[in-house]
Amino acid sequence: MESYWLTGLTFLPLLGALFVMLQSDDRSTWRAAAAFSFIPLAISLYLLARFDPHQAGYQFIERYQWIPQFGISYHLGMDGISLFLVVLTTLLMSLSLIYSGGGDIGFRAREFCFFMLILETGLLGALLSIDLFMFYVFWELMLIPMYFLIGIWGHGNKVYAAFKFILFTMLGSIFMLVAILYLVHLAHVQSGRLSFDLPDLYDVRLTAAQAKWLFAGFAIAFAVKVPMWPIHTWLPDAHTEAPTAGSVILAGVMLKMGTYGFVRFAIPLFPLIAIQATPLFMALAVIGIIYGALVAMVQPDLKRLIAYSSVSHLGFVMLGLFALDPQGVEGAIYQMLNHGISTGGLFLLVGMIYLRRHTREIAEFGGLWHRIPIFAGIFMVVMLSSIGLPGLNGFIGEFLIMLGAYLTIPLTVVFAVIGIILGALYMLYAYERVMFGPITKAVNDTLSDLNWREIGVMIPLIVLMLFMGFYPKPILTRIEPSVDAMLSRVRTAQARQENTSHNTALAAATALHSTNQWHSSISPQ
Amino acid sequence: MAQLNLAAISYSWLPICPLAIVAVSAMIVLLVGVHVRDDESESLGALTLVLLSFAFMFTLGLLGRSGIAFAGAISIDNFATFFELTILLSVALVVLMSIEYAPALGISAAEYYALLLFSTLGMMLMATAGDLIVIFVGFELMSIGVYVLAGFLRRNVKSSEAAIKYFILGAFSTGFLLYGIALIYGATGTIKLAAISAALAGPLATNPLLLSGLGLLLIGFAFKVAAVPFHMWTPDAYEGAPTPVTAFMAVGVKLGAFAAFLRIFMVHLNLASAHWSWVLWVIAALTMTLGNLSALVQTNIKRMLAYSAIAHAGYILVGMAAAGPQAGGAILYYLLGYAFTNLGAFAVVIALERRGTAGDRISDYRGLAARHPALAGVMTLFLLSLTGVPPLAGFLGKFYIFSAALNMGMIWLVIIAVLNSVVSAYYYIRVIVAMYMQEGGAEPSPLDSRPALIAALTVAAIATVLIGLYPNPYMAGALHAFTSAFGAVSPTAALLVR
Repeated sequence: MESYWLTGLTFLPLLGALFVMLQSDDRSTWRAAAAFSFIPLAISLYLLARFDPHQAGYQFIERYQWIPQFGISYHLGMDGISLFLVVLTTLLMSLSLIYSGGGDIGFRAREFCFFMLILETGLLGALLSIDLFMFYVFWELMLIPMYFLIGIWGHGNKVYAAFKFILFTMLGSIFMLVAILYLVHLAHVQSGRLSFDLPDLYDVRLTAAQAKWLFAGFAIAFAVKVPMWPIHTWLPDAHTEAPTAGSVILAGVMLKMGTYGFVRFAIPLFPLIAIQATPLFMALAVIGIIYGALVAMVQPDLKRLIAYSSVSHLGFVMLGLFALDPQGVEGAIYQMLNHGISTGGLFLLVGMIYLRRHTREIAEFGGLWHRIPIFAGIFMVVMLSSIGLPGLNGFIGEFLIMLGAYLTIPLTVVFAVIGIILGALYMLYAYERVMFGPITKAVNDTLSDLNWREIGVMIPLIVLMLFMGFYPKPILTRIEPSVDAMLSRVRTAQARQENTSHNTALAAATALHSTNQWHSSISPQ
Repeated sequence: MAQLNLAAISYSWLPICPLAIVAVSAMIVLLVGVHVRDDESESLGALTLVLLSFAFMFTLGLLGRSGIAFAGAISIDNFATFFELTILLSVALVVLMSIEYAPALGISAAEYYALLLFSTLGMMLMATAGDLIVIFVGFELMSIGVYVLAGFLRRNVKSSEAAIKYFILGAFSTGFLLYGIALIYGATGTIKLAAISAALAGPLATNPLLLSGLGLLLIGFAFKVAAVPFHMWTPDAYEGAPTPVTAFMAVGVKLGAFAAFLRIFMVHLNLASAHWSWVLWVIAALTMTLGNLSALVQTNIKRMLAYSAIAHAGYILVGMAAAGPQAGGAILYYLLGYAFTNLGAFAVVIALERRGTAGDRISDYRGLAARHPALAGVMTLFLLSLTGVPPLAGFLGKFYIFSAALNMGMIWLVIIAVLNSVVSAYYYIRVIVAMYMQEGGAEPSPLDSRPALIAALTVAAIATVLIGLYPNPYMAGALHAFTSAFGAVSPTAALLVR
């Protein structure tokens, strides 16, 4: 049963990018870009409706030969893990394009839309690829447009931020490339079949050292992207200097590529090492949670504050992922969506106020509640969702994560709770300074409230926050089977190792032997 | 007296037909050039293109054929044909870039195009050579043409410096090469590549005379491909030479030199790879690292591209160090993608150059995207491909070479190589930063009046994308070409290919 939905979903934005370049004036450019971002949104919603919630495997699969000499295929598929991230991507992309058309991007609109739409192709492609080579291609592809978005349309020290962003992420991902190549090589030696397909690589027999290094190769690439403490330093710069739409996509979707990479590739490919690394990753996650919150607390710049809050929130996601139990992982995936919605929303709101005041310094504001109540009201809902107030989406995710983490390493929950409290503290404190009190600066007295375009952009996010806060079931039931399948892979690997620890050594020896054999057959010296 | 065997003669002429066509073309251009004024040389460029396309068609017809001519001095196989085709394509692009460039700088066109063709002949000769003397002849024919071309801007001091430097160091490399050939002849009593590889199977394998001969040969080639520590001439020569000649040096000379380098070492000396593989390992690591680190601090784009060319030679040497048919195929594919990408980058440099104001500093690229979005766009494409960003040709090439090297267990070399890729991203992206994120810079002379340059840019850009996005035919072709070179080698070596 072949369908072309996923191909269409992935490449229509690219087509749109080319189409946008043909537009002559800004008005038609923004219209064309918005229209082309609606198509993938519509497709992803349609696929969401058609998605079979009981199936754990990939759906809507497409597969063709691409570079047969290398066993590389064009292989797309969608499962419960990627489904909602895809919807989130298409939604945030549409919203940020609509928002940017309202004056946030003052120059070279055509190129802006061009890069945004290419970025969408990169993001969707990475989420839908099952072939590791394809995944890498899209993974790298999304760096370039984001680099231009930050470097051209950013603020302040934008070139530095863009440079730092691209060098950090490239340095990370290049190790993944080596790891991919080596893993495929090992699989080829063992099975005699050359393939970059993810399912073909699950059962490669690895020695402990091999598995450790390969896992490290993948983990570095993903951890830079997440970003995990201590390699998070590119994030505050990139987020702060990026244009609003760039920050939204960066925080909303691109950071999730890192956590998604862990769920999709690093953990299921190297389950035993993932189990071993659990304490390390949970510790780093907890440090990230606390550190991000503490640093956010002292930021004078609203956008930088949100950037550091991302470090903290992504720490929660990593905590849930490496709990390696159903609640934790499901909570982590749920929290990825939450963070996309709430932080995306926060960045949009900061963009809106920046457009009016050309500053993001918290000290420059105060008393906005009286002057622009719609803005303040929406800001409050989004902020509360980010804090994790019960009844809003953030609560469900954090709750599940802590449940999962408690079952694995109970102590981490203590720190996670501290992180939540700190999170509420810095968010509410910032909110108080911006919104309440008397109006101290005269310019703030003349601010105009949100216009219809801006309200329209925020409404879908607020609806989602409420919906996901009250009724998470339809989402969790679709995530669950795929997560269970992934975790059962981890459990079987663990069980296999425990049962036959001496056999493993034997298998490793055989693997080593066959490697040597292969080498000698190709180059007798 | 033996009877004349007509069939054998016609057969032995066939393999050298592409060579003959290029040689005759060069003479035709010289003769016709007498009647063409220097400032009306466009027609001469067009004539050169026509003649090259004729040679190209003929070479295309040789694809899939193999055989030897002149008692093994010339051997034709897909390996040779692959290189001949790539060289002809590259030269055609260089000619396209030169058509408007030559009259603008007052270059005497007849000699220019003729030398270009003679040099091409040398490269093709190196690709088809079956013995060391022919390789030497090709090596010299190629080099002497380029020495003169590098100094073609007589009144330009830098151009003269480039020529002198290139000539003196080139003469050194020739000396090394020739001495190496002499030692190998002394050790084995033959100059035939096939016979040498057969000798390696015997007791001669560890003969010190032979091994030092190989070492000297390696140095000679390392000079020509600009591998560290024999790279010192490169930046000055690249910077001073007229830009189309620089492109020709960066791509054509490299293709010719690597053709012979690969054929001698990876094909005929394959059995002795234990002796040279580790040397190339070291040279590759040094070349990549030094090339990339030096490129970081360049302010002149031609010098930057020179160091980048050094670094790329390093990536290719990674493949050579890996030794083996897969690595060979990878190198051929890499060279194909590298040729188009690099030629494209130099074409952009030419577009920005003007008489008087050189326009080859990186700061001249500031704000190019605002003034000439298309030019900046293709330059971005070429730079990203040189960086190795998927899905462009440069990425696939690196991917192919690195995976071949990993398969041979060279994990550390690959890690050095990928780290180098990241370093290279820094200086390539700096040019992109200048083009897109800064203001000022130089104004290129109007592009509308330079259709040939636009054609060259378009071809290079399309090829860069196509070779990367749909690599199948080229990868298969490259691998097939490389393995075909084993056809003439001893049966033991042929077994390796399978």
